[in-house]
Amino acid sequence: MSTPDDKQPVKKICIIVSRGSLDGIYPALIMANGARMEGIEASLFFTFFGLNGLANKTLDHMKVSTVGNAALNMAMPMLGMPMTMPFPTWMGALPGVSAFATSLMNKEMEKLDIPPVREFLELISDSGGKIFACKLAMDMFKLKKEDLMDRVDGVLTVGQFYEESTGAGTHILFT
Amino acid sequence: MKKNIAGTEVDVNEEGYLTDMSQWNEAIAAAIAAEEGVGALNDAHMKVVRYLREQQAKGAALTIRSMGKSGVVTTKELYDLFPGGPLKKSSKIAGIPKPVGCI
Repeated sequence: MSTPDDKQPVKKICIIVSRGSLDGIYPALIMANGARMEGIEASLFFTFFGLNGLANKTLDHMKVSTVGNAALNMAMPMLGMPMTMPFPTWMGALPGVSAFATSLMNKEMEKLDIPPVREFLELISDSGGKIFACKLAMDMFKLKKEDLMDRVDGVLTVGQFYEESTGAGTHILFT
Repeated sequence: MKKNIAGTEVDVNEEGYLTDMSQWNEAIAAAIAAEEGVGALNDAHMKVVRYLREQQAKGAALTIRSMGKSGVVTTKELYDLFPGGPLKKSSKIAGIPKPVGCI
């Protein structure tokens, strides 16, 4: 039986980004941007290796992770081959494979009008989305606020992140 | 289905988007804008609306990124002009279909 609570819309989405590969960060960026386009508030909280996507020195050079990725057959259609074509995981460790997969994916994403990481973060920031870095992970990786791209709204503790995530209709996603 | 907007009978889908962009006029745009909570349309709104109609006529796929790069409006301005759904609401007001992309 449906109650009025079932119809409670998503008002705000807080997404934790913990992975620092290209394929690790994009889902969060797409979900945050998509939320803003629907009028939903969005906050991104970058922690652990996710900080790779905020550090000025690394964010323009993020790579697709190919080592241990058992689903690389998904990329085969980008090469005009069937999706069922096997791609043994050990091949992902060969020199150049990650760089090749990255350039392939970047090209496909550009075709779909998905911006590169820096431009995507700027787009989300311009749309009113918030970008935060995790203080503990910053300390661990010896990063300072000035090492991060200029759209970062702040460096937060876990407690501050939960404060940022208050309010009915707020959801937290871990990626 | 048919709907009477600003004194004109137009064809709309179940979400209220015009299904025939040629039936659109500025009075219809103003009425949809009021309904969507966008308020009175000014020159900046109309610039976006006209651009959207041009792009739709060309068959271009619209994304929030392409809007920001169009030179017609910045991303920030677009969000300010059409709060609560920049591309969805501006498309509805422009009498074109709801954008289908995720970007």
